[in-house]
Parts: sequence; C-alpha cells; structure tokens
Amino acid sequence: MNPAEAVAVPRTMQRAASDLLYTRRGLLLLLLLAPPLLWFGVIYLGSLFALLANAFFRLDDFTGQVVREVGVSNFIALFDPANLDVARRTIGMAIAVTLACTLLAFPLAYMMARHARGWTKAALYIAVMLPLWSSYLVRLYAWKLLLAKEGAISWLAAQLHFSWLIEALLATPLIGGPSLSFSTLGTFIVFVYMWLPFMVLPLMAALERIPASTLEASADLGAGPAATLRHVILPLAMPGIAAGSIFTFSLTLGDYIIPQVIGDSTLYIGQVVYRQQGVAGNIPFAAAFSLVPIVVIGVYLWLAKRKGAFDAL
Amino acid sequence: MRSSPLALRVAAWGVVLFLHVPLALIVLYAFSAEDKTYVFPPPALTTRWFGVAWQREDVWAAITLSFQVALVSTAVALVLGTLAAAALARARFFGRDTISLLLILPIALPGIITGIALRSGFHTLEIPFSFWTIVIGHATFCVVVVFNNAVARLRRLNPNLIEASMDLGADGFQTLRYVVLPQLGSALLAGALLAFALSFDEVIVTTFTAGQQTTLPIWMLQELIRPRQRPVTNVVAVAIIALTFLPILAAYFLTRSDEPSHR
Amino acid sequence: MTAAVTLDGVGCTFGHGAGAVRAVDEVRLTIEAGEFFTLLGPSGSGKTTVLRMIGGFTLPTRGRVHIGGQDVTMLPPYARPVNTVFQDYALFPHMTIRANVAYPLMVRKVERRAREQRADELLALVQLAGVGERRPAQLSGGQRQRVALARALISEPQVLLLDEPLGALDLKLREQMQSELKALQRRLGITFLFITHDQHEALSMSDRIGIFNAGRLEQVGTPQAVYDRPATRFVAQFVGAANVLEGDAARRLTGHAQAMLRPERIRVGDAAGARASGTVAEVQFFGAFTRVKVVLEGVEPSPRLQADLPTGQGVRVPASGDAVHLHWDEPAVHALAAA
Repeated sequence: MNPAEAVAVPRTMQRAASDLLYTRRGLLLLLLLAPPLLWFGVIYLGSLFALLANAFFRLDDFTGQVVREVGVSNFIALFDPANLDVARRTIGMAIAVTLACTLLAFPLAYMMARHARGWTKAALYIAVMLPLWSSYLVRLYAWKLLLAKEGAISWLAAQLHFSWLIEALLATPLIGGPSLSFSTLGTFIVFVYMWLPFMVLPLMAALERIPASTLEASADLGAGPAATLRHVILPLAMPGIAAGSIFTFSLTLGDYIIPQVIGDSTLYIGQVVYRQQGVAGNIPFAAAFSLVPIVVIGVYLWLAKRKGAFDAL
Repeated sequence: MRSSPLALRVAAWGVVLFLHVPLALIVLYAFSAEDKTYVFPPPALTTRWFGVAWQREDVWAAITLSFQVALVSTAVALVLGTLAAAALARARFFGRDTISLLLILPIALPGIITGIALRSGFHTLEIPFSFWTIVIGHATFCVVVVFNNAVARLRRLNPNLIEASMDLGADGFQTLRYVVLPQLGSALLAGALLAFALSFDEVIVTTFTAGQQTTLPIWMLQELIRPRQRPVTNVVAVAIIALTFLPILAAYFLTRSDEPSHR
Repeated sequence: MTAAVTLDGVGCTFGHGAGAVRAVDEVRLTIEAGEFFTLLGPSGSGKTTVLRMIGGFTLPTRGRVHIGGQDVTMLPPYARPVNTVFQDYALFPHMTIRANVAYPLMVRKVERRAREQRADELLALVQLAGVGERRPAQLSGGQRQRVALARALISEPQVLLLDEPLGALDLKLREQMQSELKALQRRLGITFLFITHDQHEALSMSDRIGIFNAGRLEQVGTPQAVYDRPATRFVAQFVGAANVLEGDAARRLTGHAQAMLRPERIRVGDAAGARASGTVAEVQFFGAFTRVKVVLEGVEPSPRLQADLPTGQGVRVPASGDAVHLHWDEPAVHALAAA
C-alpha cells in the first residue's frame, strides 16, 4: 500500500493560513511589507520631514527657542557670502575628489575586469572590499599617522629629497595649510583614500560588461589603444563612473569628521550643519543648510541617472 | 586573455598598495615603543601596549556596548530586510521602485542628516537617549545591506522550486521551511555579517543618537580629536581591523556565486 | 466513469483594461481517466497556461476546473491530486536524490524509513537505482528528468502533468524517453497530460491531442483524426506539412472553397489522368523522402504544391525545371471549414 494514502492531510490552522495567503496575494504582500514600511515610514521619514519642516521656522535670538512660524529667513541666510563660500568649497572638493577617484580607480578596475582571472581576481576583489567595509575611523586614523609632521610621508620625502615640494604645496594659498595633517591638500588626499573603493567596484562591473568582441572590432577597424579608450571604453564605462561618483560626491558633501580632523579651520557644509545644531542650538538653520547637500545630491542623482548610473549599481 | 601591459599592472597594484599601506602602518605602529608622537620609523618595537590596552576599562566598556548594539541592530535588520526582500524580489506592483529607494535612503543621504533627523525626532517625542535609540538608528541603515543580499539570492532562486514544492504537497509554510530558507540561508548570513560590521563601525549617526554613551567608534573619534594615550589607540585600531576582517571575508565567500562576475 | 480532468469554460486574462492579454479563451475540455493526452501548440498559444491552471499555479479568471469530479478551481497546488514534471525539472539542489523523491511523502509526515524505501522503489522504476545519495548537480539531464518523474509519481497522483519535459534532451535520448514514458503510462494507468510544441512527439505518443492556437482550443481528437481531418487551416498546417488550397485554385482542383492535401498523398506520373500539371521549382532531399515543389499551370495565382516522394520503390525523382504531372486520390483531399 502506498504510505501516502495512509496519512490524510489534516485541515490545520497552518493549512488554512497558507490557503488564504495563496489565493489572496495582495494580503501576503501587505503582511510582508507592513513591518518594514511602518518602521521606515514612521521612524525614518517621520523624523526626516520633522527636520526639514524646521527649515521653515526660525530661532528667536533672545529666548533661544524655536519659533514655529513659517518663514523663509533661513533660506535667505543661505545666500550670505560666508555660507555661499562654504557651499562652494564643499562642492569644489567633492568634484575634485570624484575626478581623482575616477583616475585612480580606472587602472585597477580595468585590470580586475579584463585581465585578472581566478584567484588573482578574487584576491583583488577582497583587497578592494576590505577597506570598503572596514572601519572609517581606523582608516582616518591611519592617515593621521601618515600625514603627521614626524610621520611616514615626511620621512619618505626627506629620504627622497622631496621635502621642498611638500613645503611648496603647503604654502600654496588654496590647497595648503600649516602642515600636511592640517591642510586642504591633506583633506583632499584622505577623502580620495576613503571613497576610492566605492568607485572601483561599480567601475569594474561596468568594464566587465563590455564584450571582448567590441574591443577587438575597434582594433580591427584601425583604432589604436588610445583611440579605443576614448571612443569605445570610456563611453561604455560611463554608467559605472556615474554610479561610483554618486558615492564619492554625496559622501564628501556631507562629511564633517574628516575636515575637522585633517582640515585647516575653513568650514565645510557638514561642519556648519553640525555646529548649528550643536553649539548654536539653531536647528532651523541647520535644517535649512542640510537642504543644500540634499538638493545638490538630488540634482546629481538626476544627472547620474541620465548617464545610466542606476543600471550599473 | 593576453596578459596585461606592464604599465597597467604597475598602476593597478600601485592603487592596491595605496589602499593597504596605511592599514599596514597602523599594525606597525601598534608595536612602536614611542608613545608621545607618531614618529616614523618607530624607534623600537614592543608588545607592551597590548597589555596596557587590555587593562583599560573604558576600551572594554566601549567594545561591549558596540557589540551589543551591533547584535541587536543586525537582528532587527535581518527581519525587516528579509521581509522587504521577500515582497520586492519578484512582485511587480505600483510603488516597488519607490520602496527600494526608501530603503537605500538612510545610506544614500549624508549620515549627519539622518543623525540630526533622528535626534530631533527623539527630542520631539521626548524619548531619552538610551541603548535603544542607538539601535533604532543602526537598524535603519543596516536594513538595506540585508535587503540587497536577500534580493540578490532570491532573484537567483528558481521560481519553479517553490511551485514544485507546492505541487508535491507542501503548503506555503512548509515550502518556506524546506525549500526557501535553506537556499536563502547563506545570503542572510552574509547580510548579517556585513550589517554587523557596518553597525560596529558607524560613528556619525551614532554621535547624534547615543547621548552620553560611548561606542567603540565614538571612543575612537574622541581619541582622534584629543589623543589620550596614543599607543593604546593604535592597539585598539589593530583590534578593530582584525575584528572586521573576518566577517567581511566570510560574507564574501558565502555570496560569491551571487555576483555574476565572480563565479 | 468520472473524467480525470474537466475544463468548463476556463479562461485566463492577464492585466487590465487596454493592455489585457487573453492568454486562454473559453476552453472546454474533458480528459478521460487513464488517457495519454497531449496539449499541442506553438509558443504563446496558451497550452502552458492551461496546464498551470490545472496544476494550480495560475488561477483562472473565468470558468471551473474539475479533477476526478472535484471542483479544484481555487485550490492551491498542494491541495490538488495532481503532480507536475517541470520543464527544467526543478529538483531541490540542496537535497539528495532520495530526499528529492521522498519529498512528497515527507511533507505528508510519512515516517522516514517507509518513505526512503518507497523512494528507492520509485528510483528503480525509472531505472535509476543506486543514485539515491547523490545531488542533482551531479546527474546528467536525462537522469535528472527521471528523478523528476519519480518524484512526481511517488504519491500516486490522479493526473500527472508534464510540461515539455523532453525539450532539453538531444534527439536520440528524446526518442528513447518518448517510448519509456509511453510504456510507463500504460503500466501505471495514470492519466498523463503532456505539453509539447513538437507535433511528431504528440502524434507518436498520444491517445488524444488538443491543439491550441492563440489561446483557443482548435481541435481535439486522436492523432489519426487530427492528421487526416484537421478542423481548421491552422491545425492542418501545424500537424505535419500541408498543401492548403483556397480561392480559385481550390475550386478548380478540388471542388471545395478551401481544402488540404498532404504532400505524401501526391504522386508524380503520366499526363493521362493527372489532376494538375506544372513545373518543378525546387527539389529537397530529406533522406526518407524527397520534397518536390511544383508551380502549377493553368491556375492564377499559381499555388506551389509540395509533393513528398518516397525514396526507392522505383519512384523517379524529377529535376528542377522539369514538367511534371501530379496525381492524387479523391479521399486524400480534405475540405477545411472556412476560418
């Protein structure tokens, strides 16, 4: 006798629930989505809107309290020369960091995508992943050590007789500062170091997608390596660059720790927001100033999407 | 594949060196006998700072707090992320892309904005800072890590397997238990490991949601701004590198077949 | 005797409003118990959707589905006395072969020793004794297919659904499996519902065939009936090669408004008694027969008739450009209903 026939299937709660969810797919979806949506809707979006609503309020100078009257005084204050300066400086740094990351990431991403095989490729992938996921502060700390006056870079420069170059760079008005570990140049180097892995991975993914036959066709039709790079590889890699640049750009725009630890005393957007909501207690203005990176990132995301970044993520 | 040109290889490995030399240097410094400055090369090497760091109460307190927060946040993120992934992996419905975007937002927006938003939220609702305020912040941005891993694995899962299981007599819950979860298991584990690493390391949002409490990254940040005992900081840094190295490596091997490029 | 499967006005529409797709349109079908029934049709014709509605993977938007007399229209797959062999076999990669085959018994909470023994019996039935401990990844395509079969049969379902199970196999293996499946069905007596787009497979294996086109069931009948007396032009052309004549040519050559003539029923012969004459446009050698395409004279516009001439048997094959005279018997012509 077939053992299966001996066991009747009991009509249990479990079966009934399963039947219900099978025939009513909408209900199943609702049950699955309810907890995450509630969490994100209430906790995250709720606080976000509460914060941004603050941008329309203002701080009373006398009482130090937030006055809940809708006004645009904060937005007008955004256009003060000092604030514009901060915004310009931060955006400029973000662009410079993005360009440098792209330049540095390219050879590594290209080799990983098109030449590395087997365990070399796995090793390289891990080599890029580790800094990506490991501690931000530890990596920052490492550079503090490197850039210190008595640290490794100064030592190396002295050995190779490059010290004069470093002095010269530090003396340059826009990028210099009192020492490497307190300068715009130092800040720039650290930013590039921090976000480089974020650029390598999407770029590698994009480069991998280029079929070998495309490159062979380009060579076959008479293009040298430089021309192939310019006309074939770069355009096809653009979605990857756009995807990586989303990270480098937005992470730089909002960071306040690196400029504080490594920078000279000029301010970046993140620092202004931090100070305003902290010491100054001026949440409304902090909220308004937060809108600057949000808007900039929003525009950047829109541009990146047009370049195909979202398909490359 | 023809071997790569020398210039390319030099450039590529140069970048790898650029990424890893600073980390190697920290390890070196942990053994440095010099305790007042960051002088290079270190005058002498010693292991005594490891012993000193071991004694530091505040370091242990910070590690313990970070560990507990990471554990709970990862658990919450696992549940929320898996539920969201189950809903979004294959279904096609209005608002699906919006929800994906919503889950990414905590990581996409600068941490400082998420931080002060949450802090204002707590302030408005008059919730005092506590272990749970930290966990709420961490769980929120860890969800997307679990979500991504789960979705990647679910997309790879043959939908016929679920149909076959039901066809052969298993109801929804049995199918979940015997077919889906075994397939999903390693992806969830990888997601949990990455979420743990992320939470363990997070400092920006934590600064705003921790009040007076000190997690390990907050401890580290304080040392960065006002160094107390430099060698101890070096040792702690090495410990952090070691602690996060293992979960990341494990997560990579658990999910390498989910990435199309790494089979 | 209760029919094994009854489809009563079953329809399935995907989507809403202007973009809605009517995948299956008002199908009425009765499949008898113990039959080997084939659903035949091109891709997208709705046959797979019908199978899925019988299996419970897709719920119909219209009509009722009955299995063994029981209305199962809205029941989930696990509640139906039907099992399926999927096109890609859908073996559980994380379980051994024995565990795969024993799965239906495991979810019905049959005790371990009993179910493993039964699984081994089924594996022996499909000639795979001894692979119980391996994993699906270690087996070949043909072996996996047998495992899927064993797994679907172990709980002795009333109906077995087979969704293009032989599509992934190479020709020799496919032919071997065709006879094995047929023999298995005879032996077990279970109703087999088989899906394919390959008309040779359908003709050789089935007791009856149902032919689908664009969501509609165009004809149901035995292989002979469907081949010799197709109900529509589509069926005529889908099940084997066909010469379809219409308009002026049809009337002159056959006396019907629209008619079908199978190429193998046309002979090349003398001018005396010929039904039609013309010039050879193309000659193709197919091994067992030679296909000759003839442009007819005396009829405008001229249809190209295909004649399949058997190799050997003293038949002389004309060359391209030759003038030929064609003969056929009256019963070879089949009148087609106007579409």
